[in-house]
Amino acid sequence: MNFTLKVWRQSGPDVKGSFETYQATGISEDMSFLEVLDVVNEDLIEQGIEPVAFDHDCREGICGSCGMMINGQAHGPGTRTATCQLHMRTFKDGDSITVEPWRAAAFTLVKDLTVNRSALDRIVESGGFISVSTGAAPEANLIPVPKVVADAAMDAAECIGCGACVAACPNGAAQLFTAAKMQHLNLLPQGQSERYQRAERMVETMEEFFGSCTNHGECQFACPKGISIDVIAYMNRDYMSAKVKNRKLSGQS
Amino acid sequence: MAQASPRSTVEAAVKPISRRPASSAPWPLNLYASAVGKKWVMAITGVIGMGFITMHMLGNLKIYLGAEELNHYAEGLRTFGAPFVPREGILWMLRSILVVALVLHVHAAFSLWSANRRARPVAYASQRDYIAANWASRTMKWTGPIILLFILMHLMDLTFGTWNKDFISGNVYHNVVALFTQLPKVIVYLIANIALGIHLWHGAWSLFQSMGVNNPYLNALRRVFATAFALAIVAGNVSFPIAVYLGIVS
Repeated sequence: MNFTLKVWRQSGPDVKGSFETYQATGISEDMSFLEVLDVVNEDLIEQGIEPVAFDHDCREGICGSCGMMINGQAHGPGTRTATCQLHMRTFKDGDSITVEPWRAAAFTLVKDLTVNRSALDRIVESGGFISVSTGAAPEANLIPVPKVVADAAMDAAECIGCGACVAACPNGAAQLFTAAKMQHLNLLPQGQSERYQRAERMVETMEEFFGSCTNHGECQFACPKGISIDVIAYMNRDYMSAKVKNRKLSGQS
Repeated sequence: MAQASPRSTVEAAVKPISRRPASSAPWPLNLYASAVGKKWVMAITGVIGMGFITMHMLGNLKIYLGAEELNHYAEGLRTFGAPFVPREGILWMLRSILVVALVLHVHAAFSLWSANRRARPVAYASQRDYIAANWASRTMKWTGPIILLFILMHLMDLTFGTWNKDFISGNVYHNVVALFTQLPKVIVYLIANIALGIHLWHGAWSLFQSMGVNNPYLNALRRVFATAFALAIVAGNVSFPIAVYLGIVS
């Protein structure tokens, strides 16, 4: 298969960027999109051109590194796939494919397709954890958790923090990420003691860096893990509870 | 909690787009300071608006029962609550709730819109391919101002009567007929009501998400409700100018 790639090139955050057109020839339909970029980069290196910088790590859809906008969709046209799981059989031979980095104020561009996603870490730091005494691991069955609750928490915990929800959102909102990171803890018994502090802190940290939700629902289709916008509704509910609950009884300062 | 301070050059490269208020205001002002809280306010004020618009449409259906019925209903709104409250007492109470709701809805919408613009200062250079974001959800920022302007025009036409050449205060039936015999007015009212329907179709669904009303048993009904509500309101409202213009009501 042969493709024409229009790739965003920008050598640094303060430099003007533009699309460059590259040919990818002799591509197998079983290659992932990242492997096509590898092929293009090898060609560029042989021609003495700086290769395209892009984030990638595990290449099996669990690290969340390989975020890029492909033909106007986060992680490209596949459903529930990260870019590394997007196979070239999804495209037609001879297709022209446009590749662009995530765009958001909080995702400052580092180089070409690589963006700085540290704002997502700031949200997790503010409350996406459970305070425990360290030491030996507790007995796993000490706190019984019903199967449905464990499943619901796991659905939210699937989030790999790739930032596709922010990239796909017309408002550049990180609601799906924040809600997933919050709800996988808020749904479990271990997360209850800090539940409302967590809701308040994570939402307010999110709002420092990102836009707000207008319920387009675009994020849940962009999400490589298929996390539903249901978690956003649960987050909105918890945030309101955090503001109206008796702060003494809910353990807040 | 204080603003998280950057601890590395990687973190420092990302600048906040909004600043947290230095001290937290008393409830419910602290709620309104956050975007999630503003969405709650938009949902609640939206429900108030939906309640108004339902009663407004249902009340106006009296036009099909004749001049006496409609004018009697209009007078009933003014004398509502008598003799416990002065004339127009309840009416002005309800009106003030509506004005406050409208101001909050518009202010929250505008401030969220401007924050969302700051959240993506550099737009995508390539064409976006939306999957879920529909025409209604992405035009809320246009249908909203259209409805706002329409409300002002509607008040000038039928409440104050300044833009209605043949206005007789208190004779609602006559005023409506006088207004909708003019084709330009009919067209403007039709367009405005279609914009209202589009706005409601997204809003009446979206408010459930904003207020965290989410239940796997009921989620499918949220869209059904929004569609039925928007259709019912638009069908009722659009029927009045058409009925008058076609001479069914005269």
